[in-house]
Amino acid sequence: MASLDPTARAIVNGLQGGFPLTPRPFRDAGRALGLTEDELLEGVQDLTTSGALSRFGPLWNAEQVGGGVCLAAIAVPLQRFDEVVEKVNAHAEIAHNYERAHALNMWFVISSDDPRRIEQVIAEIERETGLAVHAMPKTREFFVGFKVEV
Amino acid sequence: MLDAIDRRLIAATQGGLPLVREPYRVLAEQLGLDEADVLARLQGLLDRGAIRRIGAIPNHYALGFTANGMSVWDIADEVVADVGAKVGALDFVTHCYERPRHLPIWPYNLFAMVHGKTRDEVRDKVAEIALLVGSAARSHDILFSTRILKKTGLRIAA
Repeated sequence: MASLDPTARAIVNGLQGGFPLTPRPFRDAGRALGLTEDELLEGVQDLTTSGALSRFGPLWNAEQVGGGVCLAAIAVPLQRFDEVVEKVNAHAEIAHNYERAHALNMWFVISSDDPRRIEQVIAEIERETGLAVHAMPKTREFFVGFKVEV
Repeated sequence: MLDAIDRRLIAATQGGLPLVREPYRVLAEQLGLDEADVLARLQGLLDRGAIRRIGAIPNHYALGFTANGMSVWDIADEVVADVGAKVGALDFVTHCYERPRHLPIWPYNLFAMVHGKTRDEVRDKVAEIALLVGSAARSHDILFSTRILKKTGLRIAA
């Protein structure tokens, strides 16, 4: 893990949201953090170059901009795990897929511009693997106050 | 609904804003738009929730948050809205959703993702959730990820 100087820490902790929509946003945001425009700009450049930030900018809501999204899980027999990974991941609509320690040991997110594809992909995977796909669409989203503190 | 210009804005910014003093002016030039139009559209997308927030998007892993546990809870349907709101408000919960149960294999209807530097830290945080939730939880579990099998980002074509 990269060690962060006070400027970097102020940026990570203080600027995970609320970056101003103004013509000189680094100047305006810097004021609140006690940094000059160039200090903030260089700090953000350093953090993205070092990889401490994935990026700096808008966090888009995949569901609103990308059509349908659905979490799904399968209980995969261990001796078939690699084969099933290959069959599931072969679908372009699978955005991520994690192995997790549970009887339901494969958890993946299906994402498509066309929401109708979600159901079709689930049916295709069930047919290709002979295993039940448990769809877990979110029925309610709760506001999260999450911020990484460094 | 998003229009074609919104989609071009997404495509142009999904890797981040230009890191220059006037990022929105540069973005507007790239897209052949007025800066004022870009600012107004981004504000509208933020107000509608299509943009969750604008700022630093931390790489959890690079910052040392290498453990992630999906904590899952069986909460009575009558109180799940209330419990979910409280759990989501905790500062270490990154996502909090209600989802359908799949009995008998899956009795859980509330999902709260917890990140930490170690699995023990994640377990401690889940114990804090358990204290907060109290008797409203009939049972709970933590599913640690043991392997990333696939990971691609959001990809929107212009």
